[in-house]
Amino acid sequence: MSFLTPQRAAIAAALLLLVTLPIWVGNPYYINVASQILFFAVFALGLNVIVGYGGLVSLGHAGLAAIAGYTAALMLAAGHGHFISDFSAILVTLAASAVFAVLSLRGTGIGFLMITLAIGQIIWGILYRWSSLTNGDNGVNVSGRPAPFGISLASADSFYYATLIVFLAAVATMAVFFRSPFGASLRGTRDQARRMTALGYNVWLIRFLAILISGFWSGVAGLLFIYYNQFISPQVATLTASAEVLLMVISGGTATLLGPIAGAAIVVIMKNVVSAYIVRWNLVLGVIFVLIITFMPEGLVPGSVRLWKLGWRSFRQRRVTVLRNVAEPPQ
Amino acid sequence: MNLWLTLAVNSISLGGLLFLLSAGFSLIFGLMRIPNLLHGSFFMLGAYLGVSALNWHINFWVAALLSALAMILIGGLVERFLLRRLAGQELAQVLLTLGLSFIVADVCLMIWTGDPWQPATPEHLRGAVQVGTLFFPIYRLVILAVAIVIAIALWLMIDWTRLGAMIRAGVDDAPIARVVGIKVSQLFTLIFSLGAGLAAFAGVMGAPYLSVYPGLDFEMLPLALIVVILGGTGSLLGALVGSFLIGFLYNFGQAMFPDLAYVILFLPMLLVLVLRPQGLFGRAMP
Repeated sequence: MSFLTPQRAAIAAALLLLVTLPIWVGNPYYINVASQILFFAVFALGLNVIVGYGGLVSLGHAGLAAIAGYTAALMLAAGHGHFISDFSAILVTLAASAVFAVLSLRGTGIGFLMITLAIGQIIWGILYRWSSLTNGDNGVNVSGRPAPFGISLASADSFYYATLIVFLAAVATMAVFFRSPFGASLRGTRDQARRMTALGYNVWLIRFLAILISGFWSGVAGLLFIYYNQFISPQVATLTASAEVLLMVISGGTATLLGPIAGAAIVVIMKNVVSAYIVRWNLVLGVIFVLIITFMPEGLVPGSVRLWKLGWRSFRQRRVTVLRNVAEPPQ
Repeated sequence: MNLWLTLAVNSISLGGLLFLLSAGFSLIFGLMRIPNLLHGSFFMLGAYLGVSALNWHINFWVAALLSALAMILIGGLVERFLLRRLAGQELAQVLLTLGLSFIVADVCLMIWTGDPWQPATPEHLRGAVQVGTLFFPIYRLVILAVAIVIAIALWLMIDWTRLGAMIRAGVDDAPIARVVGIKVSQLFTLIFSLGAGLAAFAGVMGAPYLSVYPGLDFEMLPLALIVVILGGTGSLLGALVGSFLIGFLYNFGQAMFPDLAYVILFLPMLLVLVLRPQGLFGRAMP
């Protein structure tokens, strides 16, 4: 096996591009967009664990990210330190994901989706209505970003690098996870749940753990989100927010490592570009959803590959027919 | 009037509206296995259309029927030309309805702006009925009466007509129903349109007291979802019981624990999911 495979070269090039991005981009606005793409990619990667590999489509994940964000924001507002707030936020999110999983796994397929949707809306309702705790629609301000190891994250550059480190950690754990026996068994429960049960696997437990992993990364993304915006409101937990992340996973292509990242980039860039010209982001989101589902249900990355191959094959076939016709002229 | 009685009357009328909304939702889900995420949008769009019709001084009932007819047409088109293409791909159908619901929400925002619309209660439905020493607002009672009439009509249709028998056959086993010559695809379109029409009718009925505003769609949709999770899919009785249960919990919850009204809605759903995942009146799904 040679040391420099095309795949490794591509990874090295992508890494180099990401690390040097603030240097060649320069403008803080675009660096901030890049940070947004990275933390939404973390979120999408987390959701992809259950959507892509577990075959369980959730429309309530924004609720989990919001729980992490709100826990940290409220603890910071109460005067606790960054470390303890973030740590508790992750613990609370894991506990919430466990409840989420126990309830939603009472159904599979469409039933699962309905229950997650209801739970997500209820989390939104709590954040919106329980104003004595969450400050309702006014949201919670987060004063200042943390300074791990004494490095301030206040500037766009430094926050980008912090996000990049978390993003790379997420990508690396996902890559390891999907190749692990646990990843394989999760794919097994997606494709052949009954056979997996017959083989002695505990399908419920595998799915439960997958939801915890996915909840963990959603929580991490939620924390990055509040530090980026330094503000959180119930808007984060709306169905639109859950649908956006799901669109990232589906538009990029489920069950691939690259898909959710590409999807996050597409959606965030679209959102920033479209919002600059028109205020109708929801309309555009809906239209993209409908178009992708009608024409490229498997996602943009695999979909483009399919269309490309289709085009290439038809091109080759035509050439073959032409050549054959030349060799044996039709009578 | 006594506070508890007011709450009870409000709960009953909300329950009636929820029944109109979730009966269609439940039938669509039972027959077609599509959790139609457009259902809240049908409710909201129907309400907006009704409000516009009322602004042109059209009679309230005519406006409600016109709006329902419009939504029957729209629902039929969506089912026939978009959902039908994706037959069998449940996930794609769900996501398609979700995408469409975003489009509907934004188009409504564009046309009817972000301000809430609250049409006046129609004149002949104003006032109150006196029973002994108690007064009941007529309009709330009318909503209840309409819900009961429609519930009975649906029950008669499903349990006592040939069409209903075909629908029940489709719910139980669509492939076998097709084999014996029932045109299940046409039933799908019919049920989907009917559900959309009922939702729009409920939207117009609810407009004078809920008012119509952006975001109403995604406020009603989870209520319909919870009703169906509670009552069991495809069961009219389940939708009826679930609707009134949620109507009471919602109103009393909001009066007694305003901060936690949503959590209280969540509790019965939690209990049902843990103890009886197929819903109170549902049969176990194959």
